[in-house]
Amino acid sequence: MKARVTITLKNGVLDPQGKAIHHALEGLGFSGVNDVRAGKMIELDLADGTSDAEIEDMCRKLLANTVIENFRIERA
Amino acid sequence: MQTAVIVFPGSNCDRDLAVAFEQATGKKPHMVWHQETSLPAGVDLIGVPGGFSYGDYLRSGAMAAQSPVMRAVADAAAQGRYVFGVCNGFQVLTETGLLPGALMRNAGISFVCRDVRLKVANTQSAFTSLYDADEEILVPVAHHDGNYFADADTLDRLEGEGRVAFRYAEQVNGSARDIAGVLNEAGNVLGMMPHPERRSEAAHGGLDGKRLFDALASAGR
Repeated sequence: MKARVTITLKNGVLDPQGKAIHHALEGLGFSGVNDVRAGKMIELDLADGTSDAEIEDMCRKLLANTVIENFRIERA
Repeated sequence: MQTAVIVFPGSNCDRDLAVAFEQATGKKPHMVWHQETSLPAGVDLIGVPGGFSYGDYLRSGAMAAQSPVMRAVADAAAQGRYVFGVCNGFQVLTETGLLPGALMRNAGISFVCRDVRLKVANTQSAFTSLYDADEEILVPVAHHDGNYFADADTLDRLEGEGRVAFRYAEQVNGSARDIAGVLNEAGNVLGMMPHPERRSEAAHGGLDGKRLFDALASAGR
């Protein structure tokens, strides 16, 4: 079974990468972009029966830094 | 004083830090590979060096923070031994939870590599006792992820408790409240982005970093 973890910066945390991407999109002529936030996605191939709590534990202990990041888990 | 320098795959300032430790203490540091599960007996000061441990995979310092040796470093810190993290070492110490906050991508996106002016914000710690209050010093930085972040409550607490050791005296990386280095609550753990070990010999162009190592060496006696 697979799970997909999406990691995003918390609201209010400055995202210089997102800002640079936003700037580059504007440079390409895309004028309708209000904001850009960059994050990352991690795909986990897990043993059957891995619990939500276990995946959350993985996120808290390693995959996300909860000082600055939020995470969202989707089972595929 | 016995010292140790932790070595991760991708560390590149471990030897510089070892030279600075040896000059200050007169003794060769133990170089400790990240897979070790304990530190040599009698070590009073542990250096977590700069570099790009594990290629900065996931987040700078995140993989190194999970190394077996970091458990031993956390235990040593809890026992009151000195722990000093420079640059990537600072990132590792925040990722292990030994220091609060996080180091994010520089606000200007660019890697910053130059001498910067720092203000010594706390001269009471074992690391900074040889500096004068509000003294300005010149120390090199070389980092991509040096933008210090913590929530407002944490920042207030750090400032209120005198745990900001160094501040940037100029724009460098967008750090919250210009924080360049922070202490833990007990004052025996310091992390900082600038590299004092790169300004501790006359040949480096100045000695502003040397006093930090001299202060530690005298604190350990």
